[in-house]
Amino acid sequence: MSDTLNLTLKVWRQKNAGTPGKFVEYPAKNIPTDCSFLEMLDIVNETLVQQNIEPIAFDHDCREGICGMCSLVINGVAHGPERATTTCQLHMRHFKDGDTIYVEPWRVGAFPLIKDLIVDRSSYDRIQQAGGFITARAGSAPDANSVPIPKQNADSAMDAAACIGCGACAAACPNSSAMLFVAAKVSHLALLPQGQPERTRRALKMVTTMDKEGFGNCTNYYECEAVCPAEIKSSFISMLNREYAFAAVRDGVSVI
Amino acid sequence: MATLDSKIPSGPLEKKWEKHKFDSKLVNPANRRKYTIIVVGSGLAGASAAASLGEMGYNVKCFCYQDSPRRAHSIAAQGGINAAKNYQNDGDSVQRLFYDTIKGGDFRAREANVYRLAEVSSSIIDQCTALGVPFAREYGGLLANRSFGGAQVSRTFYARGQTGQQLLIGAYSGLCAQIAAGTVTMFPRTEMLDLVVVDGHAKGIVVRDMVTGKIEAHAGDTVILATGGYGNVFYLSTNAKGCNVTATWRAHKKGAFFANPCYTQIHPTCIPVHGDFQSKLTLMSESLRNDGRVWVPKKKEDCGKPPGEIAEEDRDYYLERKYPSFGNLAPRDISSRAAKQVCDEGRGIGSTKLGVYLDFSAAIKRLGENVIRERYGNLFDMYHKITGEDAYKVPMRIFPAVHYTMGGLWVDYNLMSNLPGLHVLGEANFSDHGANRLGASALMQGLADGYFVLPYTISNYLVTQAGKKVGTDHPEFVKAIEEVKARTEKLLSIKGKRSVDSFHRELGLLLWDKCGMGRTEASLKDALAKIPKIREEFWTNVNVLGDGNDLNQSLEMAGRVADFLEFGELMCLDALERRESCGGHFREEFQFEDGEAKRDDEHFAHVAAWENVGEVAKSVRHIEPLNYENVHLAVRSYK
Ligand SMILES: Cc1cc2nc3c(=O)[nH]c(=O)nc-3n(C[C@H](O)[C@H](O)[C@H](O)COP(=O)(O)OP(=O)(O)OC[C@H]3O[C@@H](n4cnc5c(N)ncnc54)[C@H](O)[C@@H]3O)c2cc1C
Ligand code: SF4
Ligand code: FES
Repeated sequence: MSDTLNLTLKVWRQKNAGTPGKFVEYPAKNIPTDCSFLEMLDIVNETLVQQNIEPIAFDHDCREGICGMCSLVINGVAHGPERATTTCQLHMRHFKDGDTIYVEPWRVGAFPLIKDLIVDRSSYDRIQQAGGFITARAGSAPDANSVPIPKQNADSAMDAAACIGCGACAAACPNSSAMLFVAAKVSHLALLPQGQPERTRRALKMVTTMDKEGFGNCTNYYECEAVCPAEIKSSFISMLNREYAFAAVRDGVSVI
Repeated sequence: MATLDSKIPSGPLEKKWEKHKFDSKLVNPANRRKYTIIVVGSGLAGASAAASLGEMGYNVKCFCYQDSPRRAHSIAAQGGINAAKNYQNDGDSVQRLFYDTIKGGDFRAREANVYRLAEVSSSIIDQCTALGVPFAREYGGLLANRSFGGAQVSRTFYARGQTGQQLLIGAYSGLCAQIAAGTVTMFPRTEMLDLVVVDGHAKGIVVRDMVTGKIEAHAGDTVILATGGYGNVFYLSTNAKGCNVTATWRAHKKGAFFANPCYTQIHPTCIPVHGDFQSKLTLMSESLRNDGRVWVPKKKEDCGKPPGEIAEEDRDYYLERKYPSFGNLAPRDISSRAAKQVCDEGRGIGSTKLGVYLDFSAAIKRLGENVIRERYGNLFDMYHKITGEDAYKVPMRIFPAVHYTMGGLWVDYNLMSNLPGLHVLGEANFSDHGANRLGASALMQGLADGYFVLPYTISNYLVTQAGKKVGTDHPEFVKAIEEVKARTEKLLSIKGKRSVDSFHRELGLLLWDKCGMGRTEASLKDALAKIPKIREEFWTNVNVLGDGNDLNQSLEMAGRVADFLEFGELMCLDALERRESCGGHFREEFQFEDGEAKRDDEHFAHVAAWENVGEVAKSVRHIEPLNYENVHLAVRSYK
């Protein structure tokens, strides 16, 4: 049997983008330490329904740390206090009885709020659409073993490809920069031989789109790396900077 | 009885697909953009289909309920994807993958479909590699493989413990390219709530914009459902919270037959349930069974002791004991039932006694902790996050959980339903896995359907539809929109006493108990008596707060649970009528003395495809006989 906690939640409630929001206090009683943060919110929501109060809206789906859908700022930290952990994988054993917990949405201009704790992250999709792909029509691929890839390159590409697209990097950044996300995407494909033909074009277009979507500049705070649940390393940002500088030179664009 | 024409091409098995491709009709490239194709779902099946059809020049509209197509539940697949590449030179071939899949499915799948799946499997690995999927590699730079249950060759390709994620990112990036090119329009946070049928053909869908609440229709020349499985009917499963049966159930109610709904897969290696608050179950990939050994104490008295205190000779490595040639890699249904058996005998471990150990100590001793970390690091981390335990030091505790659904909408060889114009791909269809799916074969099937089968077969239907476009102003569309609106309003107007979730849990517990790992005539009849009552209470006592013109998660769930409450009944009905045990469907009345499943080939070597005629209890059972011309029906043995 697991222990239980009694907590006080201060939850951001906001009907929609057009209506101002505010923190609302709810008690969270008898919360088993074995349950996840989202299961704790489920329990609170169940009590709200009993009181005819509309449940707290929050994004989630897989609840196993891989889909990137969950997204909460917990006591000021994106995805909460545990390192390399999404909100859905954060378990209540990391809190103490009597704690007060602040729960807020990602606060990033390029992620407009939809309701309560839910924001619109479609700007990340648009960055990806700008060039985060390899053009390879189904049916036209050569045998998979025809191009050997050194294990360390494949491993590094996998390190970058592990990004779950959650947006915590931008939420944690004082400048609301999406650099870690874009760096992960660009590096993943730049590290593979298959990614070479579109390499410069990809870096330029993704960075340009990131700027256009209204994300801020990276000034090396590295808050992103600290909260990233997929442990994407900030060294990929250096790699992106090199990719971009190289691409910009090739394209005759000046880099500031 | 309706005719179920599976449209399997004539000729020898190895030539059928080649012949069918040649015989298939083609749509001229210049004409393709005139056809609008609706794809519901952006998982491996939906994203690969939408991207491929976009590349071919069709006008595609793709829908998903998450905020981004990249979050479809395919993302959660951990272990790997099969392909008959024979890169390991260990005797694999198309024929062997075909045979393993047919046998793994307990001889309840269609030969021709499975053969085609094995045939195109190689191209999938090529395609994904070209898209930048960082599959695991050996030091020489070539692709690495591992083994999965039900196979004696190493044919599984993987990307650490995140194979589904990497494959989906690959398919999603292809989809992104098509969205950028303007061939695919993406509708995220949009839920399909009904299918529109005009003159007997699927011509469109009704959707709800999950942000604004707007209910509207989309018309197309054909509709593709790639909406995943229905495992969440059990409430607790390894599926994502949003996974649902709504899209396929609505299509079923509009005329599409639902095939083999009782074929559900219980995965042997999941983290055990640890409380009433539990909202989902987490899988520990089957690949762990390559290096982990499954055991329970030999004596009941030892079950409460810490595992380290139980001497080697007091441990029962029951899979190795019962299935010496496959050992810990016995197929899923067999491993799950074996776990249930030892727990039923009172030898389960953990606080609930519903658990068995998965022990890595021997492998760590043999290979070193680093090798194990490299192979499964992220799975061990995940286990640690959830349980707070370190599996490098103490064995994992695992138990079976609902994981995958082999049943789904009936489709023919072209992947088209009996309802013309409706195509069904991926886990949503019933086609390739028979009564039990082998590990690493669902990712293969989803991508086979989307990249290499449907793009060829869809034109057979499209050429018949030239000049037959209908718009959303057609009376059938108007009617369907009105029906969805009325249903939504009804759900919001009940304002009873119980949450949506409480009904879902009640249904799930009942089904797990009565129609789970073991089923009997009595348990099924009991469930069939109880489900309508839960449903009735739902429609009079559910409390859905908020309104319809807004993002409303309770409303979304209420619609899905309402459909599960109908679907669950059909699942039990199918389980009741299938008076045999096969694969994941274990009827306790039908077993050999050693507890193995007893098939009845004489009476049940067929697909059961259900037709809805209004009330679920009155559904009509049609059959498609399964003719085995190439494999010999045998008692499945993994001993
Ligand atoms: C935890 C886990 C691990 C697994 N591991 C493996 C593995 O290692 N190897 C393997 O081969 N298989 C594995 N499987 C099985 C495999 O992942 C799935 O069967 C497969 O990915 C399903 O793909 P799909 O495209 O059919 O559906 P999904 O990926 O589930 O996609 C469904 C899509 O439909 C959309 N959708 C659903 N309903 C609606 C609706 N009403 N309206 C609009 N859109 C809707 C969703 O938004 C989503 O985009 C695993 C499954 C799970 C749950
Ligand atoms: S880089 Fe990390 S924090 Fe940013 S989106 Fe990817 S996984 Fe999330
Ligand atoms: S819900 Fe999928 S990562 Fe948290």
